[in-house]
Amino acid sequence: MNLQMTFARYTERTAFERPLTSGVAYAVRVLHSEREQFEKHQGWTIKRMDTLEKNPVHKDDYNPDLFEPSPIQEEYAPVIFAQDIISHVISIDLLSGKEDRENVLRARKSGKGVLTAPFPLLKTNRLGVILTFAVYKRDLPSNATPNERIQATNGYLGGVFDVESLVEKLLQQLASKQKILVNVLDTTNQSYPVSMYGSNASDDGLELVSHLNFGDPFRKHEMRCRFKQKPPWPWLAITTSIGILVIALLVGHIFHATVNRIAKVEDDCHKMMELKKQAEAADVAKSQFLATVSHEIRTPMNGVLGMLHMLMDTDLDVTQLDYVRTAQASGKALVALINEVLDQAKIESGKLELEEVQFDLRAVLDDVLSLFSGKAQDKGVELAVFISDRVPEMLIGDPGRFRQIITNLMGNSIKFTEKGHIHVTVHLVEEVIDSIEVETEFSSNNTLSGFPVADRRQSWKGFRTFSQEGSIHPFSDSINIIVSVEDTGEGIPIEAQSRVFTPFMQVGPSISRTHGGTGIGLSISKCLVNLMKGEIGFVSIPKIGSTFTFTAVFTSGSSSSKEYKSQQINNQTNSVSSEFRGKRALVVDPRSVRAKVSRYHIQRLGIHVEVVSDWKQGLSSISRGSSAFNMVLIEQEVWDQDLNGSAHFIDNLEKIAITTPKVFLLSNSISSSRANTTTSGVCNLTVIPKPLRASMLAASLQRAMGDGNKGNPRNGEVPSLSLRNLLLGRKILIVDDNNVNLKVAAGALRKYGADVVSASRGMEAIELLTPPHRFDACFMDIQMPEMDGFEATRRIRDSEQNINDRIHFGELSVETYNNISNWHVPILAMTADVIQATHEACLRCGMDGYVSKPFEAEQLYREVSRFFH
Amino acid sequence: MDVVNQLQRQFIDYSASLHREGFLDDQFTQLQKLQDDNSPDFVVEVASLFFEDCEKLINNMARALEQQQGVDFKQVDASVHQLKGSSSSIGAMRVKDVCIAFRSFCEAQNREGCLRCLQQVTHEYSLLKNKLQTLFRLQQQILAAGGSIPVVE
Repeated sequence: MNLQMTFARYTERTAFERPLTSGVAYAVRVLHSEREQFEKHQGWTIKRMDTLEKNPVHKDDYNPDLFEPSPIQEEYAPVIFAQDIISHVISIDLLSGKEDRENVLRARKSGKGVLTAPFPLLKTNRLGVILTFAVYKRDLPSNATPNERIQATNGYLGGVFDVESLVEKLLQQLASKQKILVNVLDTTNQSYPVSMYGSNASDDGLELVSHLNFGDPFRKHEMRCRFKQKPPWPWLAITTSIGILVIALLVGHIFHATVNRIAKVEDDCHKMMELKKQAEAADVAKSQFLATVSHEIRTPMNGVLGMLHMLMDTDLDVTQLDYVRTAQASGKALVALINEVLDQAKIESGKLELEEVQFDLRAVLDDVLSLFSGKAQDKGVELAVFISDRVPEMLIGDPGRFRQIITNLMGNSIKFTEKGHIHVTVHLVEEVIDSIEVETEFSSNNTLSGFPVADRRQSWKGFRTFSQEGSIHPFSDSINIIVSVEDTGEGIPIEAQSRVFTPFMQVGPSISRTHGGTGIGLSISKCLVNLMKGEIGFVSIPKIGSTFTFTAVFTSGSSSSKEYKSQQINNQTNSVSSEFRGKRALVVDPRSVRAKVSRYHIQRLGIHVEVVSDWKQGLSSISRGSSAFNMVLIEQEVWDQDLNGSAHFIDNLEKIAITTPKVFLLSNSISSSRANTTTSGVCNLTVIPKPLRASMLAASLQRAMGDGNKGNPRNGEVPSLSLRNLLLGRKILIVDDNNVNLKVAAGALRKYGADVVSASRGMEAIELLTPPHRFDACFMDIQMPEMDGFEATRRIRDSEQNINDRIHFGELSVETYNNISNWHVPILAMTADVIQATHEACLRCGMDGYVSKPFEAEQLYREVSRFFH
Repeated sequence: MDVVNQLQRQFIDYSASLHREGFLDDQFTQLQKLQDDNSPDFVVEVASLFFEDCEKLINNMARALEQQQGVDFKQVDASVHQLKGSSSSIGAMRVKDVCIAFRSFCEAQNREGCLRCLQQVTHEYSLLKNKLQTLFRLQQQILAAGGSIPVVE
């Protein structure tokens, strides 16, 4: 008993060292021979275990004494010491239990710890296993045989493992029975696993099987873990995946939609490009169509006009002449219209180019003046042109287009003006800028005719040229001129003013009926002005008048290196101006603006001018003057205002002056002034019609001063003056075998200022026209005895071609040929023949045209202007 | 002054009559306009040339038409052509008109017709020569009297 108490106390105190063990016990090996002695020593009998199985005993009333004593065996293994927890197993023979016996025997044989299969324990009936170690009397080597081991056995030490508490202690967390179910099984017998711990819940679902090794090689144990509850729906994962799926779908959708949209937009873009190309093509086609149609219309129109012209030359009575003239006027108007439309088409397609030739601005304005003078006189409107002295004589630019602009503006003014004046001024921009700085008073009565006008300064208010001081003239010889056309007409209604420069715009639908015109003129003018690097603007006050102003940039034309500059292209009145140079004229005119214009024109002839504003001043100037006045020019208005005064003046003139000056009347309309002169009884009065033009002035003065037949041009003033412009200084060869013809033709050409050389044979002509030569043109008679005009021309062209080729290939140097590498002297045939065949023959052999014999001014001009400009 | 005016008036009248009767046409007026200070005797010179030319051509034509063997109408035609040209250059209208008729006879190779035309041409030429000489004399007289030749339109 003492040993038992010691054992019990020891094991109790060291229980903490064996947390997994419910209790330990020691059984001793007792042979049968020793039984009696043993039982006496112990004080109890060895009992057997079997009855337990038959009668399950409640734990609480477990009483070892109720066990039967063990039957006789060979040996016994009674428990002598036991921990308090399992003190009830004391005296029980371990070998009486089936598993225990097995355990014990195996333990002592193997020398290792052995485990039983799980079985319900004594007293508690909980599942447990027993670990049994054999205790040997002495140390055994490791290779001891089982028998040796058996013999050496002293006793058996066993520990009870309460599997439940074992598992619970081991797997405290896991075995909490909340989430994970643990089953521990003895699987020594694979087909019949014995459950040691855990409920036998259905083992569907995932199961984790792990092997447990308690150290007993004989036994196999398994632990099976599975989740108690079916895993809940993984909402997060599902939601996330659904979310991702949705997002993916959306992204896919967006992507798809974008791609679709891009495809659609590209498609649209392609369609638009197609349409754009079509529209552009249509536009081009329209312009081409317009140009072609207009061109096509022009040709027969020119035919009609030509025929009308020829008709005019035949015998017509007055009515017929009148009809023909009307038809001609309509035809010319139609051609002008077509030209405008063509111009518009050209401008739209950007094909309009400006020429660069030398021209005289004053001559251009004279021409335009002459165009409108008739109409102005008919309407009683005073037309005046003033060009500042600072504008150079010669400019380089496009005179035709410049003329077109001015003609358009003046044409508009004439159309819409019934009274008062149309005043055209040309200045340099610098002059105007200077005058702007001096803020001149704008007095509304100080105008040409006395009628109020719109302030011209408003018309150039927005011009860029004026806003930049120290303006943009990179080249020193660029001339910036400013032209104003001021009229006292109807003006432009305020609401229409913004649309003035748009094409086809007219103030009202009735305008084209009453005045004619298409309304393209201003828009073309604007384009032309822009091409000339200028600006155009206007100011218009209804019922008062309009002033249109434009600027244009030209270059100065007085550099003498140009090939076609001749000495005196200048003033066509040069030959006459020599007569007037140094003479003195007195102008009587109260209106300073008008007097300025008169002074300008008279001064162009080289005459010195003095201006006075009434009779009294006039008389005092004449009597005072150191040198005499050769002429007195009086404005009609002055004359009419005071007929008595004028008569008085004329009388005094003869008394005071040394040599009586010739008196002229400057009048707007011829008829009224004639009436006046007759009534006043002065027959010595010559009327000079306005608008003043240098040439007309010279002619009138000449006629009056008694210088005969010079300078009085035939019908068609324009061709002879322009012919003079074209031919002055040109070296021309005339070839004719008849010396009468030769002399007459030479005389005619010399009249226009050409330098004429005569030849009477074709051979001579060939010699003279073999390059290099200085001839500008040749007039060749066709019918000549030795060699006719055709043959001579053919030979001349051959030699030109030859020389051109040789220059081109470098055989001849171009310097020896006056630096001309493309020799082609213009040759015109002189023929009395009007047969078309002859004309064609002329062109075939290399001639450039034909003129009739004897020369006719208009035809001559037409032909010659094709290659002289 | 009076003398000059009288002469001038005479000149104008005579000129007008020449024009009226068809001896001279507009071309002659043009020639007069070509006369200026640089060539003060232009018209007279041209007229002299014309007279020389005329005589030469008329002789040629006469000789050609006299050929009994066979008239070279081509040559005659060439001469007539020349005469036509120079007469138009100077403005001798009647001479020119005869030349036109003359040419058609040449083409038709009508010797009789040609001869008749030749006669006519000669006649017209002499008439014109006389008239022009009268005109030029008048001009000289005017200039000598200190006046200026008036322009006849």
